[in-house]
Amino acid sequence: MSDRRDFFGKALGAFAGLGALGALYAAKRTWDPLPSVKAAGFTTLDLSGLSENKLYVDKWRGKPILIIKVAKNSKPNEAPNGNNKNAYEDPRLISVGGHKYMIVIGLCTHLGCIPDYFSDKHKFICPCHGGQFNAAGEVLKAPPPSPLVIPPFKITGNKVVLGEEGPEYKKLKESGLVA
Amino acid sequence: MAHFDPNAKPFSHKWLDERLAVDTLQKVLSTEYWIPKNINFLWAMGMILAATFGILLLSGIFLLMYYIPDTKLAFDSVNHTIMGEVGYGWLWRHMHGVAASVVFLIIYIHMLTGIYYGSYKRGRELIWISGMLLFVSFSAEAFSGYMLPWGQMSYWAGMVITNLFSLGSLNLNGLVEWIRGDYVPGQAFLGRFFMLHVLLMPLIIMALIVLHFGTLRIPHVNNQDGEEIDFEEEAKKWKAGNRKESKVIPFNPVFLSKDVFVMSIYFIIYFYLVFYHFEFAMDPVNFDPADPLKTPPHIYPEWYFLWSYEILRPFSKNAGLIAFGFAQVIFFFLPFLDRSANVAPANRRGLFKYWFWILVVDMIVLTIMGKVPPMGIYTTIGTVAAWTFILLWAVLPFITKMEKPVRGSK
Ligand code: HEM
Ligand code: FES
Repeated sequence: MSDRRDFFGKALGAFAGLGALGALYAAKRTWDPLPSVKAAGFTTLDLSGLSENKLYVDKWRGKPILIIKVAKNSKPNEAPNGNNKNAYEDPRLISVGGHKYMIVIGLCTHLGCIPDYFSDKHKFICPCHGGQFNAAGEVLKAPPPSPLVIPPFKITGNKVVLGEEGPEYKKLKESGLVA
Repeated sequence: MAHFDPNAKPFSHKWLDERLAVDTLQKVLSTEYWIPKNINFLWAMGMILAATFGILLLSGIFLLMYYIPDTKLAFDSVNHTIMGEVGYGWLWRHMHGVAASVVFLIIYIHMLTGIYYGSYKRGRELIWISGMLLFVSFSAEAFSGYMLPWGQMSYWAGMVITNLFSLGSLNLNGLVEWIRGDYVPGQAFLGRFFMLHVLLMPLIIMALIVLHFGTLRIPHVNNQDGEEIDFEEEAKKWKAGNRKESKVIPFNPVFLSKDVFVMSIYFIIYFYLVFYHFEFAMDPVNFDPADPLKTPPHIYPEWYFLWSYEILRPFSKNAGLIAFGFAQVIFFFLPFLDRSANVAPANRRGLFKYWFWILVVDMIVLTIMGKVPPMGIYTTIGTVAAWTFILLWAVLPFITKMEKPVRGSK
């Protein structure tokens, strides 16, 4: 008698467990980003006619994109971590039409605020926890642990398409410079 | 054996008692739930919390009639429709906002009262743990509600807090995107936080309040001296008419009337704030609609999250996250980190007295430092205060282990 009850108990438990797992999976999938959201967004940046050492902002997949045509002399006025080299020499810059550009996702790598650019100081300061970056997106002051992220890009003439991986992007990625 | 008197009038007392045991229920839950006499107004904070939750629920129901959880419409549905057009819409919004803010003040007083009197030990561990679960749920409820007006602070607080889940160098960006349902906070994000705020979290909170009350029933509340009271013995005295000698009073109606008195004073202050000083609960930055391309010049959470936010700020990303995680969970462990058997007010407990007051001052300092911009001397003070918080918890087991038994407690 108790064997029978045991068996039914276990069978019921197994089916209920399966159902619960299925429900959990469905719940997880419901929280997933929708396909329409994930469908890759592309943004084309036209770089002709930008002035030097001025911040331009665009948008890609809802995220802000920060663009600076970096001036020949872009040394930060002060770098708390000692890295005060000229941002113009930075390998993370993207060369387009004979000029060098910083093109990065404008979300601080600490917790995602948008850093402000101070052109006279040649640096970014994050309003949230005081992190700093130079004009190539390299960290000058913690808490941000890593440079501003370079989005996947492809150069075509004077334009840059974001969301596509061109040869220049792949090269940066291989040298570990994009993030 | 069930016995139903065929002559009992429907819905008469007898009729109900036979079907629902209303007499037993009333005894167990109110008229014979014994409260020590030796307590003070701080023991009314629990009922004040329950009442404030009631206010939040009630005002929320009215807000819900006009609020629209759509990123394009949410801001106006709050700032124009509810505030401008709906008759007395402003009243519900200000009641809701002010209650959401003061409820945390009362929660902190309630928690610190528990710590001061040692009300988390000797059978009261589950009261403490269920209380901490309530604290976490209230935090989630407050955060999700803060997203709803879809102003600048909503958006950027949403951005920063959900980014915490990338867990630093683990770079779990997939998890962050999963929580948001998007690369950045957007419609999917607003929709799910709306669901959490108006249904799931309130349900969880109500269940937890029942649990919290349940955990109180057997150990009963503590008292000002941490005295171990024989509740059955004292109840007998009360019932026999020796009300003066008995150390206890029944919850209803005797204690409840005191609760209601303290609550009345609380509500006078509360409604004063609602009508004349609601602005402290309304961040001016949140009166600008959300703009994904512009972070406000200085962002900070609501005042009640500032102390734990400040523990995150002075460190590098990973260390900051660990410190922040520590601050979030460490209070749960208080009943086990306090190694002393003394249930007594902190001022009779040797080093614990200093521990308690340093904790209080440190949390106030952290709160203030969390509000000012992260610069110069503030960063230094913040760092010292954050380390003080961590060290306090590290020394707690040792100083309580050394503690001598307090007279009167075993
Ligand atoms: C936010 C919703 C909460 C409600 C509605 C609530 C309600 C209550 C009530 C009615 C009491 C009995 C009366 C009193 O001693 O004040 C109580 C006691 C208690 N609560 Fe809460 N509480 C809440 C949150 C918390 C939190 C966050 C903690 C701390 C972790 C906590 C810890 C305690 C402790 C330790 C006691 C026992 C006090 C004693 O024995 O003297 N509660 N609570
Ligand atoms: S988000 Fe930029 S420093 Fe924290």
